[in-house]
Amino acid sequence: MTSLLRVSNLRVAFGKPPVQKEIVHGVSFDIPAGQTLAIVGESGSGKSVTALSVNRLVDYGGGRITSGEILYTRADGSVLDLVTAPETTLEKIRGAEISMIFQEPMTSLNPVLTIGTQVEEAFRLHRGLTGAQARKAAKDALDRVRISDAERRLSYCPHQFSGGMLQRVMIAIALACNPRLLIADEPTTALDVTVQAQIMALLAELKRETGMGMIFITHDLGLVAGIADQVLVMQGGEAVEQGPLDAVLDNPQHPYTRHLLSAVPHFTSGRSVRTDHDRSAAAGKPVPALNVQDLVVRFPMRGGFLKPSPGAVHAVDGVDFDLMPGETLAVVGESGCGKSTTARAILGLVQPTRGTLAVHGKDGTAGHVVQMVFQNPYASLNPRLSIESILAEPVTAAGHRVDAAVRQRMAMLLDRVGLPQDSLKRYPHEFSGGQRQRLCIARALMLNPSVVVLDEAVSALDVSVQAKVLELLIDLQREFGLSYLFVSHDMAVVERIAHRVAVLYAGQVVEIGRAADVLGTPRHSYTRRLIDAVPHIDRRRLDYALDTRQVPSLVRPRGFEPSPVAWVSHGPDHLSRTEA
Amino acid sequence: MNYLTRRLLTFPLVMFGVSVLVFVAIRLVPGDAITAMLGTEAGLLTPEQKAALASYFGLDQSWWVQYARWIAGVFSGDLGLSVTYGKPVLDVILDRFPLTLQLALMAMVIALGTGLPLGVFAATRNGKAADLGVRILAMIGQSTPSFVVGLLLIYFLSVGFGVLPAMGQFVPLWQDPLTNLGQMILPAITLGFAFTASVTRISRSAMLDVLSDDYVRTARAKGAPARRVIWRHALPNALIPVVTLSGVEFGYLLGGAVLVEQIYALPGLGRLVLEAILQRDYALVQGTVLFIAFNFLLVNLLVDLAYVALDPRIRLGGN
Repeated sequence: MTSLLRVSNLRVAFGKPPVQKEIVHGVSFDIPAGQTLAIVGESGSGKSVTALSVNRLVDYGGGRITSGEILYTRADGSVLDLVTAPETTLEKIRGAEISMIFQEPMTSLNPVLTIGTQVEEAFRLHRGLTGAQARKAAKDALDRVRISDAERRLSYCPHQFSGGMLQRVMIAIALACNPRLLIADEPTTALDVTVQAQIMALLAELKRETGMGMIFITHDLGLVAGIADQVLVMQGGEAVEQGPLDAVLDNPQHPYTRHLLSAVPHFTSGRSVRTDHDRSAAAGKPVPALNVQDLVVRFPMRGGFLKPSPGAVHAVDGVDFDLMPGETLAVVGESGCGKSTTARAILGLVQPTRGTLAVHGKDGTAGHVVQMVFQNPYASLNPRLSIESILAEPVTAAGHRVDAAVRQRMAMLLDRVGLPQDSLKRYPHEFSGGQRQRLCIARALMLNPSVVVLDEAVSALDVSVQAKVLELLIDLQREFGLSYLFVSHDMAVVERIAHRVAVLYAGQVVEIGRAADVLGTPRHSYTRRLIDAVPHIDRRRLDYALDTRQVPSLVRPRGFEPSPVAWVSHGPDHLSRTEA
Repeated sequence: MNYLTRRLLTFPLVMFGVSVLVFVAIRLVPGDAITAMLGTEAGLLTPEQKAALASYFGLDQSWWVQYARWIAGVFSGDLGLSVTYGKPVLDVILDRFPLTLQLALMAMVIALGTGLPLGVFAATRNGKAADLGVRILAMIGQSTPSFVVGLLLIYFLSVGFGVLPAMGQFVPLWQDPLTNLGQMILPAITLGFAFTASVTRISRSAMLDVLSDDYVRTARAKGAPARRVIWRHALPNALIPVVTLSGVEFGYLLGGAVLVEQIYALPGLGRLVLEAILQRDYALVQGTVLFIAFNFLLVNLLVDLAYVALDPRIRLGGN
């Protein structure tokens, strides 16, 4: 088989010589025509820089290829070294022969130009089409990625589309000129899991259709299993392992690959859930640590001048659950399902429209028994405060003095979350992402809460750090008897930490029960869809079925009330909502 | 409520506030119009004659009545009578306004025409010598007072080389366009000098932000040539801050440029306001300030409309 792309000893550095920093230290790989190479690694591993070097976009990010060859076989059989190719040649190759799609569809399209203009541009640049011809070609390109009503949507601007649709538009642009190589840089990381499945299905289908080669960059080995032929594992700018998919996944040689495969949470359909808490075993009827009944949060929409409001966004529409002491309830769902709003309502950060909250049988969440850990540890620590002040903040906010006992608790908690004692005098920027999230956890525990709300608490962390933070959370839960409300979109993470799972869809709980039951034998169709969409290292080279369903709108007319819930019981602690 | 409706509703409120402020402020200044008008001859008038003059201009009434009369007049297009000129205030203003408008437009064309390309050029050569050069120029431009620029231009171009006329009787554009442009070009450059520097700086920094955005990378990945990436993809996204700045600056320029008009002896609005204040010409001060405020608000309203045209994400609708 002839090789489409042969990269040898690629070295890429950033900055100018005296302070030049090499990011990629001699990576080599070979992609035969029509094959997919997956580059796997965590942030800072150099995987994106490697990919951006192939079409030389790295030049615009301040990077420079210092040595190596990137030999690309063009359609006519001639071989071109992209490292030395002039910019004018590269412009003809980019978008026509080598295309690229990016991680963030929301920001990767020009906000002030219509979708039509942006799709047409590919045809104008490389096919010389103009006017009606270009427009027709753009419409066909959107049809190809299954965007319904393409003709009309050509005149829309990016902000009128959802993330999943924008990524399909990006794919339409990338594939406009039938490229021979597609570089996909974490194309689904910013998307919901069911949307991710749509995109993966589309990529697999188009790859089959066109026979293009692909470089697929990801941090998720589960996704790799579904699409790749070859795998290259990168760590710290070096290729630590590479080979055929099955060999790398089943028989990893390098310790880092083994670490990625073993330490990182992979979804196993409820087989690896925790068994250290059983609510039915508790004697009598214990008081729940947190009880939520008929929680409703609506955001009324503004009407026009002297016109009444047309309705409201029903973010959370009648959610009930209870959380026992020492238990973890995971609230799962996709963006816009109301999971974060639920968490914020419990903390009093948004005003519920109605509903009752009780902590240990007492109404309201007043006092400091409920604390929160947020998603982004970089944004949730004030960069100007020392760690000591950050940890003292909840104490002073609660009106207490920072005395010897408080200092003692700081020291104890730092020790428990695995940070050195001298951290107190340091500032947030001196810590890594994982360490910062440990600090956030310590801060949440300063007031000795009984319930901690964790809103996507590990989602922003690298996969191998995730596992460690999850372990820490479990240890702390046992030690302090904490109850966790764990809000997440990541099924693999949920499986590791939850005792019970509640699945939220369009502001309502559609299924709730023991984690093993909900994740292992899901009963509601949405739960099944969600779980089927989770990538999995045992699902190799999948033929994804393309499913372009959109999440329903949460905007309801004035006076709308959801119909009363009818539940079906599937066991001692497993309920699902009846479906129409 | 619709964004545009809200803007239109605040318009009269702001105008009302301005009218009250200027009405009160000018009356708090010591001295009176009659004395200022007649100068030393005021001493020759009997108190009765003075009172008659004051009554002629309506200055003998209480503040309330004066204000009410003035506002009632404004609504019927009558801004009152100028004590200094003995003519309706509106006529005086409309005499002077074309020059100010022309000056402001020319200054803006100069500022956008040179500042924008310079800023874009500097941004694309970020950190290189050319960028540094542009930044130094912009810094000098912004920190040099306009009277210094004006005097230097007159000294070198008019006095030194005699390329352009420094002064002389002002000729309106419609009478003799060539002479007029010759007279106006130096004042316009003087006025546009600092404006150009701010446009350069702001368009450079806006372009730098935009050039590192994801969609610019997408455009490059599509194979768009550098020129197209900059002008078609990046620049439209960088224009909002430039439009904001230009709107505010243009609004100020429409209020007349006192220093520049003074240096080049141009009969514009700026000098008119200055004279009116020195003369305690209440009606003229009130009228010109109201007129200037109206222009300022109008320009800002147009800027808001420009945002909508530039960025489809900004919608005039409420939500």
